Amino acid sequence: MAIKQSEYDVTKIKSDFPLLDRVQDGNKIVFLDSAASSQRPYSVLEAMDDYYKTTHANVHRGVYAIAEEATRRYEEGRLAAGRLINAPDPAREIILTKNVTEAYNLVAYTWGRANLHDGAVIVLTESEHHANIVPWLMLKQERDITIRYIPIGDDFRLDLSNLDEMVKGAKFVSVTGASNVLGTITDLEPIVKAAHRAGALVMADGAQLVPHRPVDVQALDLDLFGYTGHKLLGPTGIGVLWARAAILEEMPPFLGGGEMINDVRLDGFTTNELPWKFEAGTPPIAESVGLGAAIRYLEEIGLEKIAAHEAELTNYALDSLCEHFPEIEIFGPGARTERRGGVISFRFGDIHPHDVSQVLDQHGVCVRAGHHCAKPLMRRLGVNATTRVSLYLYNDEHDVDVLIEALTAVKKMFA
Amino acid sequence: MAGLEDLYREIILDHYRSPRNRGELATPPAVRIEGFNPLCGDEIVLYLEVTDGVVSDVKISGQGCSISQSSASMMSAAIKGKDVGEVRALIRSFKAMMSIPESGHEHDDGPVEEIGPIDPETFGELAALQGVVKFPVRIKCATLSWNTLVQALDEAAAN
Ligand SMILES: Cc1ncc(COP(=O)(O)O)c(C=O)c1O
Repeated sequence: MAIKQSEYDVTKIKSDFPLLDRVQDGNKIVFLDSAASSQRPYSVLEAMDDYYKTTHANVHRGVYAIAEEATRRYEEGRLAAGRLINAPDPAREIILTKNVTEAYNLVAYTWGRANLHDGAVIVLTESEHHANIVPWLMLKQERDITIRYIPIGDDFRLDLSNLDEMVKGAKFVSVTGASNVLGTITDLEPIVKAAHRAGALVMADGAQLVPHRPVDVQALDLDLFGYTGHKLLGPTGIGVLWARAAILEEMPPFLGGGEMINDVRLDGFTTNELPWKFEAGTPPIAESVGLGAAIRYLEEIGLEKIAAHEAELTNYALDSLCEHFPEIEIFGPGARTERRGGVISFRFGDIHPHDVSQVLDQHGVCVRAGHHCAKPLMRRLGVNATTRVSLYLYNDEHDVDVLIEALTAVKKMFA
Repeated sequence: MAGLEDLYREIILDHYRSPRNRGELATPPAVRIEGFNPLCGDEIVLYLEVTDGVVSDVKISGQGCSISQSSASMMSAAIKGKDVGEVRALIRSFKAMMSIPESGHEHDDGPVEEIGPIDPETFGELAALQGVVKFPVRIKCATLSWNTLVQALDEAAAN
């Protein structure tokens, strides 16, 4: 067994999450699907509850104490969202959306329409989530744009050998920061450098990155970035788009309505300042409060420590799986490799992922079975679906041991 | 929670391990229809040959979970040699068996007939799939081949 991190108390962390106490048919839940959506600690639930009980009013409108307080609490969530990724000017550059999917749609719809005309080239990768493919394909239905895809190699990593050629002439390069299927963490630096040399903007998808390790958008020299609240202990219904202010200033608005305007006449309107220009209608106020609380929870434990815990546990899980099941085929880098996160996708002999996860459920083990919203990547891997285990800060070796036991039962059933 | 033995009946596992009527047919005379389950990425390819109003041959390829594969396998065995009218009636009864009365979705094939206890005469081995109803997310797996069959019958009729 690996060395324990002295100050990382996973038992205490687990006890902060009420759902993990759930017992199902006599089995305590073993939650191994945080890549789809994480659970929430008491502090997040309490912050949202407290907001509704004591402070709720619409934001940026009322001139009364409660409304001002609500506005302050909403904006605090924004500041926390920026602080987490070291955004230079969070008060203006953080746009709160419904989820990261909406952030991508916002960028493709506004920046894309304003900047990508017939003949334009953008670059994505083979391992993107549909959120970073479909909005661009929708634009492609209207305009004659070319989408190039950085391929993945046999080591499941992006093949960067032809990078300069790939980004040549491109206006926009958009890559995932960490794959939700393969567990790979993208080496962003060479991609950002090549893209900038070619004069392209770079956006990274932080959905699977920000919950698990420290991220600094300035050090990475990114231009745009997105992540989603429900995967980092926050509520559903809130996502984050960050972009450099100069880019946001130039972008046309997205949804129209209240809040995003400066003035409206019967024959026209002017837009509000950043960031509200992109936030039409009543925003997700309690969700922003919850997101802020989630970020504080993560910061208190420390993302470095969370990353180290997950790395240890990932090695333990990979070793256990390979040791117990020679027939397992893991789609992703092996144990003790650099830039590897806690997402483990696999084929379990001939047994279909649906059947695997159904039997695991009987043991209280929650995993994901399916294409993980990455069908092009599934085609590349030559499978329709995989079983995916994903580890987070509250998982421990016991969870992995229960998984192994349950997988043994799966094998027996379908033998 | 419903027990796994309701889902994975022995007959189901048998059809999964040794599926009937696997393969392909020449098109034409057969029609070829692909069905997808967007939830899990399962796919089925159904080859159907109708001669003089009778399902003269049927073959299935594609991949999927034990429920979708065994449902397709049992379906192929149940429809081969039957006339199209009987097959359509069987589809209706099967879909009725697969419907969840409380939430009432999955009725995309017109109003569902009230069906009483499953009639073993009509259903034969298919009755083993009854337990799937207790696992709502798996209903789509069980009905995939049947929805594909509806399309195939329509196409065969149009030809
Ligand atoms: C890499 C990646 N990008 C984007 C998303 C979409 O997140 P959301 O559904 O919150 O918009 C996900 C989550 O499934 C993801 O894993």
